[in-house]
Amino acid sequence: MATMVQSFFPYIHIILDALWVTIALSIAGFSLGFGIGALLLFLRTFSNRVVARAIDGFIDVIRGIPLLVMLFLIFYGFPALGFQIPNMLAAALGMGILSGAYQSQIFRSLLHSVSSSQYESSLAIGLSRWESFRYVIFPQVLRLSIPALINEYTILLKDTSVAYAIGVTEMFTQSVHVSQVIMSFTYPLLFVSAIYLTICFSLSSLANHLYRKLSYGYSIREHIGG
Amino acid sequence: MLGLDILIENWQILLKALGYSLLVSLFSFILGFALASLFTVVRLFSSFKVPKWAVRAYVETFRGTPMMVQLFFIYYASPAIGINLSPFQASVIAFALNSAAYQSEYLRAGLMSVPKTQYEAAESLGLSKWGAVFSVVLPVGLRASLSSLGNEFVALFKYSSIASFVTLPELFYVARYIAAGSFRYLEMYTVLAIIYVVIGFALSKTFRKVERFFYVPGLMD
Repeated sequence: MATMVQSFFPYIHIILDALWVTIALSIAGFSLGFGIGALLLFLRTFSNRVVARAIDGFIDVIRGIPLLVMLFLIFYGFPALGFQIPNMLAAALGMGILSGAYQSQIFRSLLHSVSSSQYESSLAIGLSRWESFRYVIFPQVLRLSIPALINEYTILLKDTSVAYAIGVTEMFTQSVHVSQVIMSFTYPLLFVSAIYLTICFSLSSLANHLYRKLSYGYSIREHIGG
Repeated sequence: MLGLDILIENWQILLKALGYSLLVSLFSFILGFALASLFTVVRLFSSFKVPKWAVRAYVETFRGTPMMVQLFFIYYASPAIGINLSPFQASVIAFALNSAAYQSEYLRAGLMSVPKTQYEAAESLGLSKWGAVFSVVLPVGLRASLSSLGNEFVALFKYSSIASFVTLPELFYVARYIAAGSFRYLEMYTVLAIIYVVIGFALSKTFRKVERFFYVPGLMD
């Protein structure tokens, strides 16, 4: 057993180097998802019933696609349409689209906690629809959705491991490669588990802390009602 | 029609593969539910500290690491200690262990939404502690966690696609095989995405029905 641990030591840096790929990929996917989620929320809030229903349907369909299928669709399917995408970009794109659908749901579930009179008053003082969304409604929704967004990020961070399927050399992929070299999966997988766990656990503790803090100080929901 | 002939040509193997996907999800969901129930009872009603901590550590560990890592660990690392699992067994075990952590969170949230006064009222009527838990708290709390459990099943079904990495011939594995054989990647993966979406919708509709079946007006508000 001890010799197996020792045989793993020389390869640790390969896994640690790939941690940055994992983090970069998760941040890229999250940011793209944030943009898509906010855009979907804007479109959904200020469009008529039919368009809103169409957007809801679109979100439901996207959420029904497994990440693995999404990645393969983009990485292996898109070249048939004429564009070839590098695997890292395909992974970020696939994760971003899926996360966008989830993030728009997060925003939507918190939208009702911002009173509709705020939107009416911001229109009354002469802001455009976009401006009232951008400067009045969305900041409040965003503030309340921070804990849920942090949780969404931890989901993305864990899901980067699926990018193994299209050959992105992120942390999990590298741990599998190392395992194949030293012919033992035990220690490399335990090692990456520990890294994932440390990051996810700290982030979810932070999310819980913020959740308590943010819901405590939030006056609009308590005084005006949604 | 785009992709339709792929579906017609291969519907038999795809159907069989769908069966595998559903079976893995169902088995791991049920096994996960059994484990999760045990965990939840320990977490909420046990008077001992050590098992509570153990369950908490379990839940945090399995929620804090990717399912891919868990699956690979169970399938590829278990032979080192002399356990050889078939792809199906490994997938079911990995998914069940993972799902148990999530399900126990949903169950806990559901049970905690039962007002404490109900428990107190049951005790004051003369029910024992476990009597109150089983005939008052559980029937109400389980109903409250039904919708999250339904979502968990659908999530499990979608995630069962990663079982292809341990060579389980489920939907994704078979689709990949067909796509590689025919060079029609775009069509095959589009069809695959549609299959997942349609089955996922059907599953969540079914769970909505189950929820409505157990719904008691005025029970939770």
